[in-house]
Amino acid sequence: MPLLLSLKVAIWATALNLLIGVAVAFGLSRWSSPLRDLVDSLLTLPLVLPPTVLGYYLLVLLGRRGVFGAWLERWGINPVFTWEGAVIASTLVAFPLIQKAARAAFENVDPQLESAARVLGLSEWAVFFRISLPLASKGITAGALLAFARALGEFGATLMIAGNLPGRTQTLSVAIYAAVQAGDDRGANILVIVASTTCVVVLLIAGRLAPDRSRLRRVS
Amino acid sequence: MTVDISFRRVLANTDRRFELDVAVRSTSRRVVLYGPSGSGKSMTLRAIAGLLTPDEGRIAVNQHVLFDSALSVNLAPQVRKVGYLFQDYALFPHLSVAQNVAFGMRTGILNPRRGAIPQVAASWLEAFELDVVATHYPSQISGGQKQRVALARALAAEPDILLLDEPFSALDPPLRVRMRRELAALQTRLDLQMLIITHDPADVEALGEHVLEIRDGRIFSDSAPAGQ
Repeated sequence: MPLLLSLKVAIWATALNLLIGVAVAFGLSRWSSPLRDLVDSLLTLPLVLPPTVLGYYLLVLLGRRGVFGAWLERWGINPVFTWEGAVIASTLVAFPLIQKAARAAFENVDPQLESAARVLGLSEWAVFFRISLPLASKGITAGALLAFARALGEFGATLMIAGNLPGRTQTLSVAIYAAVQAGDDRGANILVIVASTTCVVVLLIAGRLAPDRSRLRRVS
Repeated sequence: MTVDISFRRVLANTDRRFELDVAVRSTSRRVVLYGPSGSGKSMTLRAIAGLLTPDEGRIAVNQHVLFDSALSVNLAPQVRKVGYLFQDYALFPHLSVAQNVAFGMRTGILNPRRGAIPQVAASWLEAFELDVVATHYPSQISGGQKQRVALARALAAEPDILLLDEPFSALDPPLRVRMRRELAALQTRLDLQMLIITHDPADVEALGEHVLEIRDGRIFSDSAPAGQ
């Protein structure tokens, strides 16, 4: 049960990050402004801030009395103590991994190929979908797998906003903590092995994807 | 059939200032802009293609105005009907030879499918003897074939003018001689309007009809053929 919930949360978080992270990464890779470094630092914060601090920010923002929370409440939505809250926490924590990988991948795309496509009559949207995105896809995929692994193991921020409700918000990492707290060594051991195996598998897949860029390298 | 270009563009950063101020007027079908690297040749070509915006001036090909600062005309590269042969060909590495050639025939957000290549693209592949490598990727073909793919891709989009940036510099010297002959024959056969930029006197020799020499951003000499 906790593994299935963790997988569900991680899949949702990765999917959301693929949309938001890739869009932000593409925007940043084409943006030259003095503000760029500042924005970049802010977007990297989830990577370096303690997850509990992130979780606290989320509570302040999304809680009943929070800025967005009060607004969401009017629509009958309250992400605190729900699995959707865990998705928000995991998405935020894993965001920099996918954003940075995607941005590096977009910046690696030879601008001349994009120019060539424009001269051949393609709109900016078509250039993105036919040239930039496919050429950056390996890097984006590697970033997505890292983000998935990170989301799968998310603990601090998730505990803060989604809590530890068995069967509802108790993800794998939270369940391990709960088992150890309860003195259930056997349960903890099983969960730890499941978590470690899953992460190793994800990293193996990521490792296979990342270095294999031969076909995508620019040909001259 | 004319090329009518006259524009100015200043590029400046903290330690260098470069002013490009060129005028190329020709009724020749084989115009060659000849000069050393850093003289502004590539910038000129990029300005014609719409990849670089001049500060002021006018660019017209066959009476079709592409840029005119006085009339605030500045067409997007997509609608200039200009073919561009990049120095290292800029072939799309993730697409097969056939997909590269068919690339400009559909301008939607999907690439041509690997299996379904339009008839017109197939005839271009045949004309350039590329049918045998149609399913290969650019990394798997020879230098001469890469150049043919780039030419076929540019011509398949039916441009009004073909711009060539140092078309032979990426090739081995023996191959250069052959590809120069091929290009000259192609120009004659299709009656192509070409503008070539090069630093190689052999290119001027083989392909130049109207030769302009460019240095430090200015046209240094202009040897229009007799009768122009």
